[in-house]
Amino acid sequence: MSAQPTNSLQAAEPAEEVKREEVVIQVQELHKTYDLGETQVHALRGVTLEIRRGEFVAIMGASGSGKSTFMNILGCLDKPSSGRYLLEGTDVSSLEKKQLAGIRNRKIGFVFQGFNLLARTTALENTELPTLYSRVDKIERRRRAVEALKMVGLGDRTGHFPSQLSGGQQQRVAIARALVNRPSILLADEPTGNLDSRTSVEVMEIFQSLNDKGLTIILVTHEHDISQFAKRSIVFRDGKIKRDEIIPNPARAAEVLKTMPSVEE
Amino acid sequence: MDLLSTLRIALRALARNKMRSTLTMLGIIIGVGAVIAMVGIGQGADQTVQRQIANLGSNMLFVSSGSMNRGGLNLGWGATKTLVRADVAAIVRECHAVAAAAPGTQTSAQVVYENDNWGTRITGTTPEYFEIRTWPFQSGAGFTEDDVTNAANVAAIGETVRKNLFSTTEAVGKTIRIGNLPFKVVGVLVAKGQSPAMNEDQDDTIIVPLTTLQKKITGQPWLRFIMVSAKSRSGSYAAQQQIQALLRDRHRIRQEQPDDFTVRNLADLADLASEASKVMTGLLASIAGVSLLVGGIGIMNIMLVSVTERTREIGVRMAIGATEGDVQRQFLIEAVVMSLIGGALGIAVGVGASLLIASTAGWPILVSASAIAGAAVVAMAIGIFFGYYPAQKAARLDPIEALRYE
Repeated sequence: MSAQPTNSLQAAEPAEEVKREEVVIQVQELHKTYDLGETQVHALRGVTLEIRRGEFVAIMGASGSGKSTFMNILGCLDKPSSGRYLLEGTDVSSLEKKQLAGIRNRKIGFVFQGFNLLARTTALENTELPTLYSRVDKIERRRRAVEALKMVGLGDRTGHFPSQLSGGQQQRVAIARALVNRPSILLADEPTGNLDSRTSVEVMEIFQSLNDKGLTIILVTHEHDISQFAKRSIVFRDGKIKRDEIIPNPARAAEVLKTMPSVEE
Repeated sequence: MDLLSTLRIALRALARNKMRSTLTMLGIIIGVGAVIAMVGIGQGADQTVQRQIANLGSNMLFVSSGSMNRGGLNLGWGATKTLVRADVAAIVRECHAVAAAAPGTQTSAQVVYENDNWGTRITGTTPEYFEIRTWPFQSGAGFTEDDVTNAANVAAIGETVRKNLFSTTEAVGKTIRIGNLPFKVVGVLVAKGQSPAMNEDQDDTIIVPLTTLQKKITGQPWLRFIMVSAKSRSGSYAAQQQIQALLRDRHRIRQEQPDDFTVRNLADLADLASEASKVMTGLLASIAGVSLLVGGIGIMNIMLVSVTERTREIGVRMAIGATEGDVQRQFLIEAVVMSLIGGALGIAVGVGASLLIASTAGWPILVSASAIAGAAVVAMAIGIFFGYYPAQKAARLDPIEALRYE
């Protein structure tokens, strides 16, 4: 059920080509069963796939297809019932809760549909949050948070509270927060679900520019338009991968934005 | 996460719900305040009683001639005639725990100065008496050993006697009459006030040389009492036993016979009073402690609400790398900060209330540092105890469920 994406589409300098060969995520025969007393729910029924560094994968599927469960396992929030999950070569399925928290902290960046920023906390402090849980000193923390906010184009909004920011800006703060610990992968769960179409494309523009710089991004979405900004699309159905294909010519969000009517802010 | 960041987060979380946090702290504030004020009242009362007892004399023992019990008739103090001056010398000589001893006998008499007269107690004793009772003079001085030897007609008078006989006139050097005998006033003692042990006005007295009283007024050669001071407070029990043994021996009392004298130890009295006030302090403090308990339950309640409200936040924190320990610590510290701030304010309220009670009701109130330190520790313990369960509940949340929580 797995497909090997070719990297020929990811045109870049040959030097970076080598790096992109590296497998970041390797999943083998992943099963997840929820025991609901009398009945058992098979959320995943054998998922095998590999994701290499620098990929931009869109995961699609109807609700109940198992894509959320798969994302939770990838994000080390949940453990598979059986099967193996190697993140950068580490077998994550055998780790303790505390070690998983460490993996989530250092190797995974989360972006949620609902932004999930802390209210009455500035953009900078929200961005800093993951560094509080890792051994980073105060000066370095601040430096990284400012850097991450600049990367998402909010270098001038560090002192703003979430309530003073638009939905798109809030989601960008959330992306900055996901980036601040320099993760191996960025997991975005319906990141555009709460945004209007133009803002959605703006967020995708950020994802694409981060991906251009080499960041591995896994995006869960049910919007076909949004998935077209990724380089590879994987469709889940009934707990299995139904389709796994390379998107031949991913749309460039920056181009799409030019064709969209601009909204007065 | 380091402690400082956790503290900052806790303070911010509390500041976010100022009204709620304040109301929750109120329970602790009232509890700690009440405990401090109550303990203050109890300790103040204890200190007053102790001071009054110490005022009687330093490490004092009181040997009185025996209460005799004949055929069910208790004749009370002074019924026996076996206590004599030689016993005093023997006590000083042979009882190691004794520092000093003074013999004494007493009678009542009418005292006259010019047109005023006053009925009072006349005590005959030796100069040691003033030392043992640590009783200084406000003017003049006591009589001397020579006055005792010569049975001189000299008298030291108490403040109450001075007030009634002399009013504003200087008393020292004047001559008063006790019965028909003239006595020269050599000194006026400072006021000691009411005696807690004997419940009498200690200043309503005239003190004359023992021999003068025995030979010229009562005509009785025996003593009513011997006042003894022990070398130390802890030594007063040893002194008591030594005196008892010595006097039994000197009075030739056989094994099966009861003492013909009584030794009372003021340390005993102090201990008894101290015990009583401790019980009272404990009672008051435990009643106040109930409000602390209620305050603690209030903290637990609010923390549980807070955990539920912030389920999503907990989910996010876990997703970005907070361990269960991090989350638990965060909520625990929030509870402890709340109870500590409440405790600090409660200490202020307690001290304030104590000062207010002291100045309005005129009660002596003693707020000790140990009571304040104890209150701070108790407040922290309450935070930990009542914050533990909510913090545990937060830490046990499933991050996936928590992130989905609406």
